Amino acid sequence: MTAKPEFRDAAKDMQKDMLANYYGALATANEDRRPVAYLFIPGNVVELTSALGFLPVYPEINALQCGIKKVAGDLILAAEDKGYSSDVCGYVKNDIGLMLKDRQHPMGKIPKPDLLVCNYSGCNTFIKWFEALSEFYGAPLYLLDIPYVRGDKASPSDVDYVVAQLRELAEVGGKVTGVPYEEAQLSARLERARRAEDLWAEILELATHRPSPFDSYFEAVFYMAPINILRGTEECVEYYRLLLAEMRRRIEEGVGPVPEEKFRVVLEGPPPWPHFRAFWELFKRWGVTAVASTYSKVGGLYDQGIRHDPDRPLESMAEYAINCYTNWNWGMRSGLLKKYVDHYEADALVIHSVKSCRSFSVGQADLREQFMHEHKVPTLMVESDLADPRYFQEAQLRNRIDAFFESLQHQRMVTA
Amino acid sequence: MQAARSEADPDPARLLEDLGLGAVAAWKERTGRKAVGHFPVYAPLELIHAQGALPVSLFGGWGQVEIDHADSRLQSFVCSITKSTLELGLTGRLKVLDGMLFTNICDVARNLSGVWTRNFPGSMTEFLHMPQNVESPSARAHLASELRRLSASLERLTGMAYDPAALTESIALYNRGRALLRRLETVREERPWALPASDWYLLLRTGTVVPVEEHVRRLEGAVEAAEASPVRPRDGVRVLLIGSFCEQPPLGLVRQIEEAGCLVVEDDLVLGQRWYTAPVPEEGDPMEALVSAYLGSSKPSAVRHHGAHPRQHHLVERAKALDLDGVLFCSAKFCEPALYDYVLQKDALEAAGIPYLHVEYEEKMSAFEQPRTQVETFVESILFD
Repeated sequence: MTAKPEFRDAAKDMQKDMLANYYGALATANEDRRPVAYLFIPGNVVELTSALGFLPVYPEINALQCGIKKVAGDLILAAEDKGYSSDVCGYVKNDIGLMLKDRQHPMGKIPKPDLLVCNYSGCNTFIKWFEALSEFYGAPLYLLDIPYVRGDKASPSDVDYVVAQLRELAEVGGKVTGVPYEEAQLSARLERARRAEDLWAEILELATHRPSPFDSYFEAVFYMAPINILRGTEECVEYYRLLLAEMRRRIEEGVGPVPEEKFRVVLEGPPPWPHFRAFWELFKRWGVTAVASTYSKVGGLYDQGIRHDPDRPLESMAEYAINCYTNWNWGMRSGLLKKYVDHYEADALVIHSVKSCRSFSVGQADLREQFMHEHKVPTLMVESDLADPRYFQEAQLRNRIDAFFESLQHQRMVTA
Repeated sequence: MQAARSEADPDPARLLEDLGLGAVAAWKERTGRKAVGHFPVYAPLELIHAQGALPVSLFGGWGQVEIDHADSRLQSFVCSITKSTLELGLTGRLKVLDGMLFTNICDVARNLSGVWTRNFPGSMTEFLHMPQNVESPSARAHLASELRRLSASLERLTGMAYDPAALTESIALYNRGRALLRRLETVREERPWALPASDWYLLLRTGTVVPVEEHVRRLEGAVEAAEASPVRPRDGVRVLLIGSFCEQPPLGLVRQIEEAGCLVVEDDLVLGQRWYTAPVPEEGDPMEALVSAYLGSSKPSAVRHHGAHPRQHHLVERAKALDLDGVLFCSAKFCEPALYDYVLQKDALEAAGIPYLHVEYEEKMSAFEQPRTQVETFVESILFD
């Protein structure tokens, strides 16, 4: 790419402002006596907690920001000094480290929780995490139990169970903030959420173009931030409107994330946040664009038609929460990946396996077997971590990645 | 347990070393019925039993399995039991099982259910979502629907439809077994030397592969022997062993812990065999009884959220009630539920002034010098404090 066209990065700049404002509000939340609810990203119920007057805090987002800003290592060590094992999730340790260091985050001070909403969707560690925060902060914990999908879809009893809990949560949360639950308030937020979801799904679909106008992993994991964090606001809708316009312009201009798109891949697994740029470079040098990814779906499978619905507020929230990527069983996950490979015409599947997140990673090696032997899709699996900088072995990763794309290139030459 | 074993009973250690589950195959041959395996910790054993199948609790490879195939399916940071169980499956040594059951105890076990489904397409693989929001009234209906779903699968497998009367009988039978285990627990609280931890452990593990009817007979003998045991008191420090609820420690490690001077007066070994704090109700609708028991009388463990009464507080209460000298965290390498609980629990113990030690194990561990030394030092520090 030569000079940066002026249409680029308008959405990115807006996102920076949105996040700065968000963290700015968090920094003074406790002093301002604004109630704070801690939430997890997958299956979060931010529309409900916001309707009840809570500011949302997402410990996973705080942790990944620490990773990008290269302060995760010390925080993780602080948690290990407290007794956390080297074998448990780096996000949890990052967050506990933050707590031990007076919640001084690179984006601003993080407030203490008034309510912990453990939206347990697709990850058992979430329970352990908030049980610990509940003990350390003395804050009440509501465990929103989201059943893992058995079979090929959520059952009516799963939806009923989650809806009943959402009603309880509305009551519990309302008691903390003093704001009673009103369905109209919630529905207004869900209507805005749905508009943002429509736009985001439309954007993701644009990766079917050749060249793809954006990287559906390395860029999409940033583009997904507003819908994961600030869903239900008008600002969030505006952001995706801007982003969609930018992507259309990129298509018109023939601009993509790499100068020349040589390989299209589907990417499975979270990124190594502490070494994000270095990891991307290992692929860029081969002209690789990710045309679909699963990490960009942890906050919601909107591209698969999942939507919040103002006319069915709690039911649609329940369906959304159940249908987050890591809450799908392996049959559904591998089916989705195969669909991505076909739909986006990918040349290969790349799996980035991280130790921290067993929910994501256990089963990925079996997935590799399936893709290579059953689907005959070239598959690369590399390992590091999403949070802990110690697990990123750059030279080793480079060798694996180089060897893989060299071989793909060779195969292309011989079959051409 | 020498005194309790009759001629007809196979040696428990040998029974467990038979990873091909010969005893299960013999039972199937004899009865013409099906066997359903389950991954730890909990399984509705009564329901499986009531619908004509033999529930078999799997506990990995007993330290004897070389991991050749499972390594290509599972990463290095996965616990032993997951690898060895999959290895047993991939090498055909679990063919005797007609079905397999998993629950949401941790992300690894949950995801293993998916690997299992793909690799063993011919057999029944079920995943039960057990409620984590134990305080919500809505958990009842959800758990009941899960049990009914399992019951329908079992009917397809065994041809035996759900029959409430049969389930009530099964509940009574399992209650009988658990009541006998409770008596042995009391013996161990009061006179731990009368039933050494390693014998107790073998007894518990035997119950995971033999039919409950046979196991109840075995337990009756064991209770009689232990309650009458004139064994002289042994010196040692009274400890509670916690963290072994899923993957099980090598027998050798349990022996070393005792030989190093510990009297293990309470533990969570083979927890699924004695999941409840009270008998499952034998009156009323038996399916509802299983639901009530799970939601209301499950023992605290790291695989289940406990609502308003966190496990670390419970541990301190137990330590005081049992007049413990210390707590021994004994958990499997890479076991996340145990490792997370450890932090809160050791903090609570520290606050209460109760000594503790953490040892980690793996299935294939064969040298116990290091944990032995750790435990000895721990025992000495308590004795000479």
